Amino acid sequence: MSDTRSLSFLSRCRRSRSFMVGGIMTAFLLVCAAISLFWTPGSAYDITIANRFLPPSADHWLGTDRFGRDIASMLMTGTQNSIVVAVVAVSIGLSMGVSLGLLAAARRGWTEEIIMRLSDFSFAFPAILSAIMLTAIFGPGGVNSILAIGLYNIPVFARLTRGSANAIWAREFVMAARASGKGRLRITFEHILPNILSIIIVQATILFAIAILAEAALSYLGLGTQPPEPSWGRMLNEAQTLMFLDPMQAVYPGLAIATAVFGLNLLGDGLRDILDPRLSRKR
Amino acid sequence: MTDESRSIPVLEVRDLVRHYRLPRESLFSEPGHVYALNGVTFEIQKGKSFGIVGESGCGKSTLARNVMALEDTDSGSVKILGKEVVGLSFDQLRPLRRHFQMVFQDPYGSLDPHHTVGRIVAEPLAAVGPISKEEKDSRVAEALKSVGLKPQDVSKYPHEFSGGQRQRIAIARALITHPELIVADEPVSALDVSVQAQVLNLLKDLQKEFGVTYMFISHDLAVVEYLCDEVAVMYLGEIVEKGRTEDMFNTPAHPYTRILLDAVPKPGSGQKRSRIKLKGNVTGQTERRTGCVFRDRCPMAQDVCREVKPPLTPVGEAHLAACHFSDEMIKKAQPHS
Repeated sequence: MSDTRSLSFLSRCRRSRSFMVGGIMTAFLLVCAAISLFWTPGSAYDITIANRFLPPSADHWLGTDRFGRDIASMLMTGTQNSIVVAVVAVSIGLSMGVSLGLLAAARRGWTEEIIMRLSDFSFAFPAILSAIMLTAIFGPGGVNSILAIGLYNIPVFARLTRGSANAIWAREFVMAARASGKGRLRITFEHILPNILSIIIVQATILFAIAILAEAALSYLGLGTQPPEPSWGRMLNEAQTLMFLDPMQAVYPGLAIATAVFGLNLLGDGLRDILDPRLSRKR
Repeated sequence: MTDESRSIPVLEVRDLVRHYRLPRESLFSEPGHVYALNGVTFEIQKGKSFGIVGESGCGKSTLARNVMALEDTDSGSVKILGKEVVGLSFDQLRPLRRHFQMVFQDPYGSLDPHHTVGRIVAEPLAAVGPISKEEKDSRVAEALKSVGLKPQDVSKYPHEFSGGQRQRIAIARALITHPELIVADEPVSALDVSVQAQVLNLLKDLQKEFGVTYMFISHDLAVVEYLCDEVAVMYLGEIVEKGRTEDMFNTPAHPYTRILLDAVPKPGSGQKRSRIKLKGNVTGQTERRTGCVFRDRCPMAQDVCREVKPPLTPVGEAHLAACHFSDEMIKKAQPHS
C-alpha cells in the first residue's frame, strides 16, 4: 500500500509542469557542478593574458574574459560555489528556524512571545544590509557570507514553522493525542512536524533560490567569495566595466543566476502543488 | 461488592467552574471573561449513559474538555472512579488516562492524516506503559473487530475511509485501553443520518458488551433520547434541568427544556401543536448577572426571575430543575403525555 502512495506521488509529479521544468533546470545545474569537480572544458583559474577576450570556439565554448580565463569553466565552477553557499545557509536557517518555530508553538506564552519578537526585530533589517553589516564586521569571505545569509533565513523559517504548527496544534487529533497522555515534545515530533513538513520543504526550495541570489549580490559587491575562486556575482561585477566592449561577459553569469533562481522557484511551486494536502486529498 | 461499585460513581463532577479570560480591549480597562462553566454538578453511575444537551455556546464542549483534564479547571472537582483529577499535573494524570477516553465530533479532524489506522488506534496505549509489539497488535486487532472494521485496515490511512468508518476508528481508539468512561462530544453530528444510526447502535452494543459509561454531549434531542438513561440540559454554563430521560421528555420542568423539545419536528402528527418558539441566540456569556440565566429569552419570565436565581431543586424522583415555575410547567406538561 506504500506502493500506491508513492505511485500516486510520482504521477502527480509528472502532471505538474512547473515541477518538471524546474526540476530539469535544477538538475542541469547540479550536473554542471558535479562535472566541474573533476573536469572543466578549460581552466577557471589560469591567467593567460595572450588569450584575453577570445570569441567562443571549440577550445573556449563561451570565450575568455579579460584575464584569458575560460568563461564556461568559471561558470561551472561557480555553480559549485553557489550551491555550497545555498545548501549551508539554508541548512542553518532550516535547523535553527524550524526548532525555534516548533518550540514557540509548543510552549506558547512568553517563550513564543520572545522568539517571535526577536524574529520581527531581525526582519526589520533588509537581508542584504544585515549581510553587508556582518561582512563589514567580520571581513569579507565565503564563510561569512554563508553565515550572513543563514542568519537571515532563521526568522523566515521560525515564522513559517510557528504559524503552521499553531494551526496543527488547534486540530482535534492533537487534542486526542493529549487525551492519550502524550507530552508536548512527543506530539511535536509525532504529529506537528510530519504535518508541516511539506510546507517547510517548499519554503526551503524557494529560500535556496534566494540564497543563490544573495550570494551573487554579496560577491558582486565584493563581500562574498574572494578571488581567485570563481563566482557568478563577481563575474558580473568584472563584466560591468566591459559592458560596451564585450556585453556577453555579463550575459553569461546573468543567465546562470536566472536559470538557478527560476528553476528553483518553479520547483518550489511545483512541490507546493504536489505536496499540498488539499490537492492530494482530491483523488 | 455490587453495593460498593454502585456507591462510587464512574464520574462525579462538583461545582465545576471554568472562566476564560479575554484579551484586554484597552490598557486601562479590566480584561473581560467568558463565563463558560458556572458551577456544574452531576454524577454518572457505572454502565449508564448521561446526555448533556444545549445550544451552541452553552459550555458543553468546555465541560467535556474539563472532564477529560485537557485544560486547567478554575475550581470545583472532577472525580473519575472516586479519584480526584482536578489539580493533578499532566504527568500525574497520565497513568489515569486509560480509564477515561474521548470520541471527538469531527472524524475528519480527529484522525492524523499522516498516521496509519493501526498507529491511530494504538495511540492511547502510550499512557499504559511499555507493552510488547505482539500485545499492541492483538489489542489493535481486537479493538478494530469490536467496532466492525477489518484486521487488514490497520495499514490503511484515514483518507481511505468514509465519515462513518472514520468515527468507528475513533471509537476503536477510545476502546483500546478498556476505559470505564467514554466522553463523546457530538460523535454523530458530523455524519449522515443513516450513518448516525449505525454509529449510535454501535455505541449501544459496545456498552452492553463492555459495560462502558458514556458522557454523551449532543444538541440533538432524538439522539439523546435514543441512547441516554439520564439527561442534563445546559444553558449559559449551568445545568438548568436534570433527570431520567423519560421524565425529561414527558414532563419537562424548565421552559428551556420545553422549548428544545418543541423545536424537534415530529413527522406525521399533522395536527397543530402548541409550541413555544425561541428567538435569538445564546448571549451573555461574558457578563455576570443576577437572577435566572434564562430570563432574557424565557416566555414565562417575571420580575422574580430577574432578581432571584432559582436553585436546582427536586421536582420529582431524581428530577431536578432550576426554575421558579417548574411546578406549573409540570402541570402543563401532564395532559400532553
